[in-house]
Amino acid sequence: MRVVVDFDLCESNAVCMGIAPEVFEVRDDDFLYVLDETPSEDLRPKVEEAVRRCPKQAISIED
Amino acid sequence: MPFGAVTIVGGSLAGLTAAQTLRGEGFDGTITVVEPELGDPYDRPPLSKEVLAGTWGPERVVLGAAKADLDLTWERGHHAVRLDLQDRSVQLGDGRRLPFETLVLATGATPRTLPGAAALGGVHVLRTLDDCLALRADLDAEPDRVVVVGAGFIGAEVAATCRGRGLPVTVLEAAPVPLERVLGAAMGAVCADLHRSHDVDLRLGVGVDHLVADDGGRVRAVALADGSVVEASVVVVGIGVAPRIDWLAGSGLTIDDGVVCDEHLRAAPGIVAVGDIVRWPSRRFGRSLRLEHWEHAVQSGEAAARTLLAEGGLIDRPLEAYDPVPWFWSDQYDRKIQLAGLSGPDDRVEVVIGDTAEHRFVALYGRDDRVVAVLGMNRPRHVMQLRALVAEGASFDEGLARARELA
Repeated sequence: MRVVVDFDLCESNAVCMGIAPEVFEVRDDDFLYVLDETPSEDLRPKVEEAVRRCPKQAISIED
Repeated sequence: MPFGAVTIVGGSLAGLTAAQTLRGEGFDGTITVVEPELGDPYDRPPLSKEVLAGTWGPERVVLGAAKADLDLTWERGHHAVRLDLQDRSVQLGDGRRLPFETLVLATGATPRTLPGAAALGGVHVLRTLDDCLALRADLDAEPDRVVVVGAGFIGAEVAATCRGRGLPVTVLEAAPVPLERVLGAAMGAVCADLHRSHDVDLRLGVGVDHLVADDGGRVRAVALADGSVVEASVVVVGIGVAPRIDWLAGSGLTIDDGVVCDEHLRAAPGIVAVGDIVRWPSRRFGRSLRLEHWEHAVQSGEAAARTLLAEGGLIDRPLEAYDPVPWFWSDQYDRKIQLAGLSGPDDRVEVVIGDTAEHRFVALYGRDDRVVAVLGMNRPRHVMQLRALVAEGASFDEGLARARELA
Protein backbone atom coordinates (compact mmCIF):
# COMPACT_ATOMS: atom_id res chain seq x y z
CA MET A 1 0.00 0.00 0.00
CA ARG A 2 1.21 3.48 -0.89
CA VAL A 3 -0.14 6.54 0.94
CA VAL A 4 -0.68 9.57 -1.28
CA VAL A 5 -1.53 13.04 0.04
CA ASP A 6 -2.74 15.81 -2.24
CA PHE A 7 -0.92 18.70 -0.63
CA ASP A 8 -2.91 21.21 -2.69
CA LEU A 9 -5.97 20.05 -0.78
CA CYS A 10 -4.42 19.30 2.62
CA GLU A 11 -5.03 22.06 5.14
CA SER A 12 -3.39 20.39 8.13
CA ASN A 13 -6.43 19.59 10.22
CA ALA A 14 -4.31 16.75 11.68
CA VAL A 15 -7.21 14.30 11.83
CA CYS A 16 -5.00 11.72 10.09
CA MET A 17 -2.31 12.19 12.72
CA GLY A 18 -4.84 11.54 15.46
CA ILE A 19 -5.81 8.25 13.81
CA ALA A 20 -2.45 6.98 12.50
CA PRO A 21 0.47 8.83 14.14
CA GLU A 22 2.79 6.13 12.77
CA VAL A 23 2.12 7.43 9.26
CA PHE A 24 1.11 11.09 9.53
CA GLU A 25 2.59 13.96 11.48
CA VAL A 26 1.61 17.62 11.53
CA ARG A 27 4.62 19.49 12.87
CA ASP A 28 4.99 22.83 14.59
CA ASP A 29 5.18 24.55 11.21
CA ASP A 30 1.53 23.39 10.75
CA PHE A 31 2.43 21.29 7.72
CA LEU A 32 1.66 17.61 7.30
CA TYR A 33 4.53 15.20 6.82
CA VAL A 34 4.01 11.60 5.71
CA LEU A 35 6.39 9.64 7.93
CA ASP A 36 5.93 6.35 6.10
CA GLU A 37 4.66 6.37 2.52
CA THR A 38 4.51 2.57 2.34
CA PRO A 39 3.23 1.47 5.74
CA SER A 40 2.84 -2.19 6.62
CA GLU A 41 -0.48 -3.92 5.99
CA ASP A 42 -1.38 -4.04 9.68
CA LEU A 43 -1.78 -0.25 9.52
CA ARG A 44 -4.28 -0.45 6.64
CA PRO A 45 -7.44 -0.12 8.78
CA LYS A 46 -6.05 3.03 10.41
CA VAL A 47 -4.96 4.54 7.10
CA GLU A 48 -8.35 3.74 5.56
CA GLU A 49 -10.03 5.47 8.48
CA ALA A 50 -7.77 8.49 7.95
CA VAL A 51 -8.82 8.53 4.27
CA ARG A 52 -12.51 8.53 5.24
CA ARG A 53 -12.24 11.13 7.98
CA CYS A 54 -9.97 13.62 6.21
CA PRO A 55 -12.12 16.78 5.99
CA LYS A 56 -10.48 17.72 2.69
CA GLN A 57 -10.53 14.21 1.18
CA ALA A 58 -6.84 14.79 0.53
CA ILE A 59 -5.56 11.27 1.30
CA SER A 60 -5.72 8.23 -0.94
CA ILE A 61 -4.26 4.74 -1.00
CA GLU A 62 -2.62 3.25 -4.08
CA ASP A 63 -2.13 -0.51 -3.98
CA MET B 1 -33.45 -10.97 10.35
CA PRO B 2 -31.48 -10.66 7.11
CA PHE B 3 -32.68 -7.95 4.74
CA GLY B 4 -32.25 -7.24 1.07
CA ALA B 5 -32.91 -3.51 0.83
CA VAL B 6 -31.98 -0.27 2.59
CA THR B 7 -33.73 3.05 2.04
CA ILE B 8 -31.73 6.15 2.92
CA VAL B 9 -33.70 9.37 3.32
CA GLY B 10 -31.16 12.14 2.66
CA GLY B 11 -28.28 11.79 0.22
CA SER B 12 -25.70 14.11 1.71
CA LEU B 13 -22.55 13.33 3.68
CA ALA B 14 -24.06 11.20 6.48
CA GLY B 15 -26.48 9.27 4.28
CA LEU B 16 -23.93 8.58 1.57
CA THR B 17 -21.33 7.52 4.12
CA ALA B 18 -23.87 4.98 5.38
CA ALA B 19 -24.30 3.74 1.80
CA GLN B 20 -20.56 3.54 1.29
CA THR B 21 -20.15 1.60 4.55
CA LEU B 22 -22.92 -0.85 3.61
CA ARG B 23 -21.18 -1.58 0.30
CA GLY B 24 -17.77 -1.68 1.97
CA GLU B 25 -19.08 -4.35 4.33
CA GLY B 26 -20.28 -6.43 1.39
CA PHE B 27 -23.99 -5.59 1.35
CA ASP B 28 -25.15 -6.29 -2.22
CA GLY B 29 -28.89 -5.61 -1.89
CA THR B 30 -30.80 -2.57 -3.14
CA ILE B 31 -29.90 0.83 -1.70
CA THR B 32 -32.44 3.56 -2.48
CA VAL B 33 -31.58 7.18 -1.70
CA VAL B 34 -34.28 9.84 -1.41
CA GLU B 35 -32.84 13.32 -1.91
CA PRO B 36 -34.64 16.62 -2.58
CA GLU B 37 -31.68 18.23 -4.36
CA LEU B 38 -31.06 17.36 -7.99
CA GLY B 39 -27.33 17.72 -8.54
CA ASP B 40 -24.37 15.65 -7.40
CA PRO B 41 -24.09 15.35 -3.61
CA TYR B 42 -21.50 17.79 -2.32
CA ASP B 43 -19.36 18.69 0.64
CA ARG B 44 -20.61 21.69 2.61
CA PRO B 45 -17.55 23.16 4.40
CA PRO B 46 -16.11 24.81 1.24
CA LEU B 47 -19.43 26.62 0.63
CA SER B 48 -18.55 29.31 3.18
CA LYS B 49 -14.90 29.39 2.15
CA GLU B 50 -13.35 28.38 -1.20
CA VAL B 51 -16.55 28.35 -3.28
CA LEU B 52 -17.86 31.58 -1.77
CA ALA B 53 -14.46 33.18 -2.26
CA GLY B 54 -14.61 32.20 -5.91
CA THR B 55 -11.36 30.22 -5.84
CA TRP B 56 -13.16 26.88 -6.33
CA GLY B 57 -15.83 26.11 -8.86
CA PRO B 58 -18.81 24.05 -7.70
CA GLU B 59 -17.47 20.96 -9.48
CA ARG B 60 -14.72 20.69 -6.86
CA VAL B 61 -17.07 19.98 -3.97
CA VAL B 62 -18.63 16.75 -5.23
CA LEU B 63 -18.43 14.17 -2.43
CA GLY B 64 -15.99 11.31 -2.80
CA ALA B 65 -18.80 8.89 -1.95
CA ALA B 66 -20.79 10.33 -4.87
CA LYS B 67 -17.97 9.49 -7.27
CA ALA B 68 -17.62 5.93 -5.97
CA ASP B 69 -19.52 3.18 -7.74
CA LEU B 70 -22.04 2.33 -5.03
CA ASP B 71 -24.89 1.07 -7.26
CA LEU B 72 -27.50 3.37 -5.72
CA THR B 73 -31.09 3.81 -6.84
CA TRP B 74 -31.83 7.54 -6.60
CA GLU B 75 -35.16 9.19 -5.93
CA ARG B 76 -34.02 12.74 -6.65
CA GLY B 77 -36.09 15.87 -6.37
CA HIS B 78 -38.33 14.53 -3.62
CA HIS B 79 -38.77 15.41 0.01
CA ALA B 80 -39.95 12.71 2.36
CA VAL B 81 -43.12 14.04 3.96
CA ARG B 82 -44.34 11.19 6.16
CA LEU B 83 -43.09 8.00 7.76
CA ASP B 84 -45.54 5.16 8.33
CA LEU B 85 -44.25 2.50 10.69
CA GLN B 86 -47.38 0.32 10.32
CA ASP B 87 -46.99 -0.49 6.65
CA ARG B 88 -43.28 0.46 6.71
CA SER B 89 -43.33 3.10 4.02
CA VAL B 90 -42.00 6.59 3.37
CA GLN B 91 -44.37 8.98 1.65
CA LEU B 92 -42.81 11.39 -0.83
CA GLY B 93 -43.88 14.92 -1.70
CA ASP B 94 -45.46 13.74 -4.94
CA GLY B 95 -47.77 11.41 -3.02
CA ARG B 96 -46.01 8.13 -3.75
CA ARG B 97 -45.43 5.68 -0.93
CA LEU B 98 -42.06 4.02 -0.97
CA PRO B 99 -42.06 0.77 0.98
CA PHE B 100 -38.90 0.09 2.96
CA GLU B 101 -37.28 -2.88 4.62
CA THR B 102 -34.66 -1.04 6.63
CA LEU B 103 -34.29 2.72 6.88
CA VAL B 104 -31.55 5.30 7.42
CA LEU B 105 -32.88 8.71 8.44
CA ALA B 106 -30.43 11.34 7.18
CA THR B 107 -32.47 14.46 6.44
CA GLY B 108 -29.99 16.93 7.94
CA ALA B 109 -30.88 20.45 8.96
CA THR B 110 -32.30 23.66 7.54
CA PRO B 111 -31.10 27.15 8.41
CA ARG B 112 -33.15 29.37 10.67
CA THR B 113 -33.88 32.77 9.24
CA LEU B 114 -35.47 36.11 10.11
CA PRO B 115 -39.16 36.96 9.65
CA GLY B 116 -39.75 38.39 6.19
CA ALA B 117 -36.30 37.44 4.94
CA ALA B 118 -37.50 35.03 2.28
CA ALA B 119 -39.46 37.71 0.44
CA LEU B 120 -36.57 40.19 0.22
CA GLY B 121 -33.87 40.39 -2.43
CA GLY B 122 -30.29 40.44 -1.18
CA VAL B 123 -31.01 38.42 1.97
CA HIS B 124 -29.33 35.03 2.17
CA VAL B 125 -28.87 31.96 4.28
CA LEU B 126 -26.03 29.54 3.55
CA ARG B 127 -26.67 25.84 3.60
CA THR B 128 -26.92 24.48 0.06
CA LEU B 129 -24.75 24.88 -3.01
CA ASP B 130 -27.55 26.96 -4.58
CA ASP B 131 -27.53 29.23 -1.49
CA CYS B 132 -23.79 29.61 -1.90
CA LEU B 133 -23.92 30.45 -5.62
CA ALA B 134 -26.73 32.96 -5.09
CA LEU B 135 -24.76 34.71 -2.36
CA ARG B 136 -21.60 34.57 -4.45
CA ALA B 137 -23.39 36.27 -7.33
CA ASP B 138 -24.41 39.09 -4.99
CA LEU B 139 -20.82 39.40 -3.72
CA ASP B 140 -19.51 39.49 -7.30
CA ALA B 141 -21.50 42.71 -7.74
CA GLU B 142 -19.22 44.29 -5.10
CA PRO B 143 -21.86 45.47 -2.65
CA ASP B 144 -21.17 48.56 -0.54
CA ARG B 145 -21.56 46.59 2.67
CA VAL B 146 -22.33 43.01 3.70
CA VAL B 147 -24.16 42.64 6.98
CA VAL B 148 -23.87 39.24 8.67
CA VAL B 149 -26.51 38.47 11.28
CA GLY B 150 -25.05 36.09 13.86
CA ALA B 151 -21.38 35.70 14.86
CA GLY B 152 -21.45 31.91 15.10
CA PHE B 153 -19.14 29.74 13.03
CA ILE B 154 -21.00 30.12 9.72
CA GLY B 155 -21.42 33.87 10.17
CA ALA B 156 -17.75 34.20 11.12
CA GLU B 157 -16.60 32.25 8.07
CA VAL B 158 -18.82 34.28 5.74
CA ALA B 159 -17.51 37.50 7.29
CA ALA B 160 -13.92 36.31 6.83
CA THR B 161 -14.51 35.31 3.21
CA CYS B 162 -16.17 38.66 2.44
CA ARG B 163 -13.25 40.52 4.02
CA GLY B 164 -10.94 38.37 1.90
CA ARG B 165 -12.81 39.72 -1.14
CA GLY B 166 -12.18 43.24 0.14
CA LEU B 167 -15.81 43.93 1.00
CA PRO B 168 -16.81 46.07 4.02
CA VAL B 169 -18.50 43.83 6.60
CA THR B 170 -20.66 44.43 9.64
CA VAL B 171 -21.39 41.48 11.95
CA LEU B 172 -24.39 41.73 14.29
CA GLU B 173 -24.53 39.47 17.33
CA ALA B 174 -27.27 39.50 19.95
CA ALA B 175 -25.02 38.04 22.67
CA PRO B 176 -22.43 40.25 24.40
CA VAL B 177 -19.62 37.98 23.15
CA PRO B 178 -19.47 35.81 20.01
CA LEU B 179 -19.84 32.05 20.58
CA GLU B 180 -20.27 32.63 24.32
CA ARG B 181 -22.54 29.62 24.83
CA VAL B 182 -20.00 27.34 23.14
CA LEU B 183 -16.61 28.78 24.08
CA GLY B 184 -17.35 30.92 27.15
CA ALA B 185 -16.76 34.66 27.52
CA ALA B 186 -12.93 34.67 27.52
CA MET B 187 -12.41 32.65 24.34
CA GLY B 188 -15.41 34.31 22.71
CA ALA B 189 -13.63 37.63 23.27
CA VAL B 190 -10.59 36.24 21.42
CA CYS B 191 -12.86 35.47 18.45
CA ALA B 192 -14.26 39.01 18.62
CA ASP B 193 -10.71 40.36 18.54
CA LEU B 194 -9.92 38.23 15.50
CA HIS B 195 -12.78 39.86 13.58
CA ARG B 196 -11.86 43.36 14.66
CA SER B 197 -8.22 42.83 13.70
CA HIS B 198 -9.54 42.25 10.18
CA ASP B 199 -11.53 45.51 10.18
CA VAL B 200 -14.93 43.93 10.69
CA ASP B 201 -17.47 46.30 12.21
CA LEU B 202 -18.58 43.95 15.00
CA ARG B 203 -21.68 45.00 16.93
CA LEU B 204 -22.30 42.92 20.05
CA GLY B 205 -25.22 42.68 22.43
CA VAL B 206 -27.75 44.07 20.01
CA GLY B 207 -30.60 42.18 18.39
CA VAL B 208 -32.15 42.65 14.98
CA ASP B 209 -35.54 44.31 14.99
CA HIS B 210 -36.38 44.05 11.30
CA LEU B 211 -35.05 44.17 7.76
CA VAL B 212 -35.67 47.35 5.76
CA ALA B 213 -36.53 47.06 2.06
CA ASP B 214 -36.16 49.55 -0.76
CA ASP B 215 -38.99 50.22 -3.22
CA GLY B 216 -37.83 47.35 -5.41
CA GLY B 217 -38.23 44.76 -2.67
CA ARG B 218 -34.52 44.51 -2.00
CA VAL B 219 -32.92 44.85 1.41
CA ARG B 220 -31.27 48.20 2.05
CA ALA B 221 -30.72 48.19 5.81
CA VAL B 222 -31.08 46.28 9.05
CA ALA B 223 -32.95 48.00 11.88
CA LEU B 224 -31.61 47.05 15.30
CA ALA B 225 -33.45 46.65 18.59
CA ASP B 226 -31.68 49.72 20.04
CA GLY B 227 -33.19 51.92 17.33
CA SER B 228 -30.07 52.24 15.22
CA VAL B 229 -29.97 51.28 11.54
CA VAL B 230 -27.13 49.61 9.60
CA GLU B 231 -27.05 50.15 5.85
CA ALA B 232 -26.80 46.84 4.00
CA SER B 233 -26.54 45.91 0.33
CA VAL B 234 -26.39 42.21 1.17
CA VAL B 235 -27.51 40.45 4.36
CA VAL B 236 -26.42 36.96 5.36
CA VAL B 237 -28.41 35.35 8.16
CA GLY B 238 -26.32 32.88 10.16
CA ILE B 239 -28.38 32.18 13.27
CA GLY B 240 -28.15 28.41 13.37
CA VAL B 241 -30.00 25.46 11.90
CA ALA B 242 -32.91 23.25 12.92
CA PRO B 243 -32.93 19.48 12.38
CA ARG B 244 -35.26 18.46 9.54
CA ILE B 245 -37.52 16.19 11.54
CA ASP B 246 -40.92 17.82 11.07
CA TRP B 247 -41.84 15.04 8.63
CA LEU B 248 -41.42 12.44 11.39
CA ALA B 249 -44.01 14.00 13.70
CA GLY B 250 -46.72 11.49 14.57
CA SER B 251 -44.71 8.59 13.12
CA GLY B 252 -44.34 6.88 16.48
CA LEU B 253 -40.61 7.53 16.66
CA THR B 254 -39.48 9.48 19.71
CA ILE B 255 -38.64 13.05 18.73
CA ASP B 256 -36.92 15.49 21.08
CA ASP B 257 -34.87 18.11 19.23
CA GLY B 258 -33.68 15.21 17.09
CA VAL B 259 -34.60 11.59 16.53
CA VAL B 260 -34.05 9.88 19.86
CA CYS B 261 -31.94 6.76 19.36
CA ASP B 262 -30.03 4.23 21.44
CA GLU B 263 -26.23 4.09 21.70
CA HIS B 264 -26.12 2.28 18.34
CA LEU B 265 -28.11 5.06 16.64
CA ARG B 266 -31.20 2.84 16.40
CA ALA B 267 -34.54 4.67 16.44
CA ALA B 268 -36.64 1.48 16.10
CA PRO B 269 -35.99 -2.05 14.83
CA GLY B 270 -34.46 -1.72 11.37
CA ILE B 271 -34.42 2.09 11.54
CA VAL B 272 -31.35 4.20 12.31
CA ALA B 273 -30.68 7.94 12.25
CA VAL B 274 -27.44 9.73 11.31
CA GLY B 275 -25.86 13.17 11.05
CA ASP B 276 -27.54 16.38 12.20
CA ILE B 277 -30.81 14.76 13.28
CA VAL B 278 -29.71 11.92 15.56
CA ARG B 279 -29.89 12.35 19.33
CA TRP B 280 -28.14 9.56 21.19
CA PRO B 281 -26.97 8.87 24.75
CA SER B 282 -23.27 9.58 25.22
CA ARG B 283 -21.77 7.61 28.06
CA ARG B 284 -18.67 9.79 27.89
CA PHE B 285 -20.59 12.99 28.59
CA GLY B 286 -23.38 11.47 30.67
CA ARG B 287 -26.19 12.95 28.58
CA SER B 288 -27.79 12.76 25.18
CA LEU B 289 -26.09 14.63 22.37
CA ARG B 290 -27.01 15.99 18.97
CA LEU B 291 -24.18 17.32 16.81
CA GLU B 292 -24.00 19.22 13.55
CA HIS B 293 -20.33 18.51 12.82
CA TRP B 294 -18.83 17.23 9.57
CA GLU B 295 -16.88 14.45 11.27
CA HIS B 296 -19.96 13.28 13.14
CA ALA B 297 -21.80 12.98 9.83
CA VAL B 298 -19.11 10.58 8.63
CA GLN B 299 -18.74 8.61 11.86
CA SER B 300 -22.45 8.28 12.59
CA GLY B 301 -23.05 7.19 9.00
CA GLU B 302 -20.52 4.42 9.42
CA ALA B 303 -21.76 3.36 12.84
CA ALA B 304 -25.43 3.29 11.87
CA ALA B 305 -24.76 1.23 8.74
CA ARG B 306 -22.99 -1.36 10.88
CA THR B 307 -25.88 -1.36 13.33
CA LEU B 308 -28.27 -2.31 10.53
CA LEU B 309 -25.92 -4.99 9.23
CA ALA B 310 -25.40 -6.48 12.69
CA GLU B 311 -29.13 -6.46 13.37
CA GLY B 312 -29.67 -8.32 10.11
CA GLY B 313 -26.95 -10.82 10.96
CA LEU B 314 -25.01 -9.63 7.91
CA ILE B 315 -21.89 -8.90 9.90
CA ASP B 316 -20.83 -10.93 12.85
CA ARG B 317 -18.89 -8.80 15.27
CA PRO B 318 -19.86 -6.95 18.42
CA LEU B 319 -20.92 -3.33 17.99
CA GLU B 320 -19.25 -0.63 20.00
CA ALA B 321 -21.48 2.09 21.42
CA TYR B 322 -21.29 5.28 19.36
CA ASP B 323 -19.44 7.66 21.65
CA PRO B 324 -16.92 9.84 19.77
CA VAL B 325 -15.05 12.83 21.12
CA PRO B 326 -16.79 15.50 19.03
CA TRP B 327 -14.48 17.52 16.81
CA PHE B 328 -14.88 20.29 14.29
CA TRP B 329 -12.89 23.03 12.64
CA SER B 330 -13.62 26.48 11.34
CA ASP B 331 -11.34 28.44 9.00
CA GLN B 332 -11.57 32.21 9.40
CA TYR B 333 -9.15 34.64 7.77
CA ASP B 334 -5.75 32.92 8.07
CA ARG B 335 -6.74 31.14 11.29
CA LYS B 336 -7.87 27.57 11.86
CA ILE B 337 -10.05 27.16 14.91
CA GLN B 338 -10.52 23.59 16.12
CA LEU B 339 -12.54 22.30 19.03
CA ALA B 340 -12.36 18.74 20.33
CA GLY B 341 -14.81 17.72 23.04
CA LEU B 342 -17.79 19.58 24.45
CA SER B 343 -17.14 22.97 26.00
CA GLY B 344 -19.58 25.17 27.86
CA PRO B 345 -19.80 28.73 29.16
CA ASP B 346 -19.26 27.75 32.80
CA ASP B 347 -16.20 25.55 32.28
CA ARG B 348 -12.80 26.38 33.73
CA VAL B 349 -10.61 27.59 30.84
CA GLU B 350 -6.80 27.70 30.81
CA VAL B 351 -4.56 28.71 27.94
CA VAL B 352 -1.85 26.03 28.01
CA ILE B 353 0.16 26.65 24.83
CA GLY B 354 0.85 29.90 22.97
CA ASP B 355 -0.77 33.29 23.36
CA THR B 356 -4.33 34.40 22.67
CA ALA B 357 -3.08 37.88 21.65
CA GLU B 358 -1.17 36.26 18.79
CA HIS B 359 -4.24 34.22 17.81
CA ARG B 360 -2.16 31.06 18.02
CA PHE B 361 -2.82 29.01 21.14
CA VAL B 362 -4.41 25.99 22.82
CA ALA B 363 -6.85 26.20 25.73
CA LEU B 364 -8.18 23.38 27.89
CA TYR B 365 -11.75 23.31 29.19
CA GLY B 366 -12.42 21.58 32.51
CA ARG B 367 -15.59 20.55 34.32
CA ASP B 368 -15.79 18.58 37.58
CA ASP B 369 -11.97 18.37 37.46
CA ARG B 370 -12.03 16.57 34.07
CA VAL B 371 -10.76 17.84 30.74
CA VAL B 372 -13.91 18.14 28.61
CA ALA B 373 -12.63 20.04 25.58
CA VAL B 374 -9.55 21.35 23.80
CA LEU B 375 -9.71 24.57 21.77
CA GLY B 376 -6.99 25.53 19.34
CA MET B 377 -6.31 28.45 17.06
CA ASN B 378 -3.67 27.58 14.45
CA ARG B 379 -2.50 24.66 16.59
CA PRO B 380 -3.85 21.56 14.80
CA ARG B 381 -1.01 19.33 15.95
CA HIS B 382 -1.60 20.06 19.62
CA VAL B 383 -5.38 19.88 19.44
CA MET B 384 -5.14 16.41 17.96
CA GLN B 385 -2.59 15.29 20.55
CA LEU B 386 -4.63 16.68 23.43
CA ARG B 387 -7.92 15.32 22.10
CA ALA B 388 -6.83 12.10 23.83
CA LEU B 389 -7.27 13.85 27.20
CA VAL B 390 -11.00 14.10 26.55
CA ALA B 391 -11.13 10.54 25.28
CA GLU B 392 -9.44 9.30 28.45
CA GLY B 393 -11.43 11.53 30.79
CA ALA B 394 -8.12 12.83 32.16
CA SER B 395 -8.07 15.04 35.25
CA PHE B 396 -7.50 18.75 34.67
CA ASP B 397 -4.10 18.63 36.42
CA GLU B 398 -3.04 15.74 34.24
CA GLY B 399 -4.18 17.75 31.22
CA LEU B 400 -2.10 20.76 32.31
CA ALA B 401 0.95 18.53 32.79
CA ARG B 402 0.57 16.82 29.40
CA ALA B 403 0.08 20.15 27.65
CA ARG B 404 3.22 21.56 29.29
CA GLU B 405 5.20 18.63 27.88
CA LEU B 406 4.03 19.58 24.37
CA ALA B 407 4.55 23.32 24.70
